[in-house]
Order: sequence, then C-alpha cells, then structure tokens
Amino acid sequence: MKSDADAPERWVDEHGSALYRYALLRLRDPHKAEEMVQETFLAALQARERFSGESSLRTWLTGILRHKILDLFRREARTLALDDVPEAQQGDVGLIAESFTAAGRWSATLGDWGDPQQALEQGQFWAVLQTCLDRLPERLARLFVLREIMETESEEICQDLAITPTNLWTMLYRARMGLRQCLDRNWVGKARG
Amino acid sequence: MLTCKDVSHLVSTSQERPLGFRERLGLRVHLWMCANCRRFQRQIDLLRLALRKLATEADADPHAPALSAEARQRIREALAERRANTP
Repeated sequence: MKSDADAPERWVDEHGSALYRYALLRLRDPHKAEEMVQETFLAALQARERFSGESSLRTWLTGILRHKILDLFRREARTLALDDVPEAQQGDVGLIAESFTAAGRWSATLGDWGDPQQALEQGQFWAVLQTCLDRLPERLARLFVLREIMETESEEICQDLAITPTNLWTMLYRARMGLRQCLDRNWVGKARG
Repeated sequence: MLTCKDVSHLVSTSQERPLGFRERLGLRVHLWMCANCRRFQRQIDLLRLALRKLATEADADPHAPALSAEARQRIREALAERRANTP
C-alpha cells in the first residue's frame, strides 16, 4: 500500500490551500505566504524519511511551516526592530490619547458586546476580526500574531526579536486597544443596525 | 487611585505577567466601581479567546483564500526539479 508520503506532488493539491491559509493569517502577505508554503514542501521532501506517520501528514507539514514562519520573523526582526524604538519611546499618541480624558477616564462609553460565547458563534464576528487585524500597523500586528495566534510566550518573543518586555507589553497593549476599538465600531455598531 | 487608563494597561499586562499584590488590589477596587473598565476587561479576555480560535475558524471558512493554480503549478515544478536532482 502506498502512503501519502510517497507522492510529494500530490501533497500540493491536498494540503496546499490549508497551508497557504495558515501562512497568510500569520504573515499577512500573499507572496510571502506562497513562498513559505513552497519552502515547506521542499523541506518536507528532503525530510520525508523522518515522517513517522504518528501524526497526520497535515499536522507534520503544518509543524514545518510554523518553524519556517518563526525563522522568517527572526530574520526580519532586525530590520523591523529598528523603527521599533522611536514608536515605543513616544508618548501616548492617536488612539490611546483619544480614548481617555486628561484625567485618565474613558472618553466614551464602551460598547456592550453581549454574551461572549454568542459572539464567537457569529460568522460576522470573525470577518470583522480579520478586517480589524489587517488594519493594525505592520509591527504591532506581527507581535500580536506571534503572541496571540502562534501563542508564543512573552519571554521567547523578547529573546527572538531582541526587544525588552516593557516594550513588548506596550506594543501588545496598543494592539489590543486598536483591535477592541475597531471591533466596537465595526462589529457591535453593525450588529445594532 | 488608579485611573481607567492605568487599569486598561494593567488588564492588558495581566495577560503577559502575574500582577503584583498592589496592582491586583488597585485593579480589583477600580473594577468594582467602574462599569466601563469591567466591560473593557471582558472584551480583552474575549479578544484573547477569539484570536486563539481564529486559526481554526479560518481553516473552516469556505470563502477563505486558496493557493492559486499558478502557485500550485510552480510548487509542483519546484518539487519535481528537487526530486530529479536528488539521488
């Protein structure tokens, strides 16, 4: 009997799109996503004897892809981290400043999101969440993806991307504030008509 | 006394590191009094939950983007070439 692992060309049709979606969600760039998928298949071809069959082929391929993406993030961190510093040093600008009064109170009442469980069952919620993620500035989004979607620990992110914990926490705070506000405006607002 | 702004920062930070005793106490007192910040905390918790589920949801989405035919062709060719060049 022939196993899947014996037909690498067939991998592309069977797993290509799933891997592509995985990469696209994390990289937010169709070209990079395609490139990572290709690298994943090539690496898998090379390492095919090591596929034990204990996990599914999809799981094995996804594991390779995850490593490739983390490697890319590390490589790109050097160029991205440079413009990191000024932003983290500047005071509260834009969204954060707008969100609070001079006395530090919320400048507007926060929207009522209703029952969280129900929210997650709405298809529309996911579409708006995706749009809001896409609107985050590139570096914020990258840190946020690493932390919340790839579930990397804070310490590991700081080490890999050579940033301080305080810097990371501030950036994650900004990302959360931005996403929250975007959802408040586009999802909750819409749901109420 | 913590402001809402301080509290919003603490709520986010609490997802990254354990808060100290004074921080926890200040947070609790403020949340007890402030409906907006309680709402904020629930929303930030929901965000974390949602993002961790997003990957699975994106996979199940029938309208999600797929690998284009051209890309698939290119990758198949790259695989065939690599196979031909490896003993």
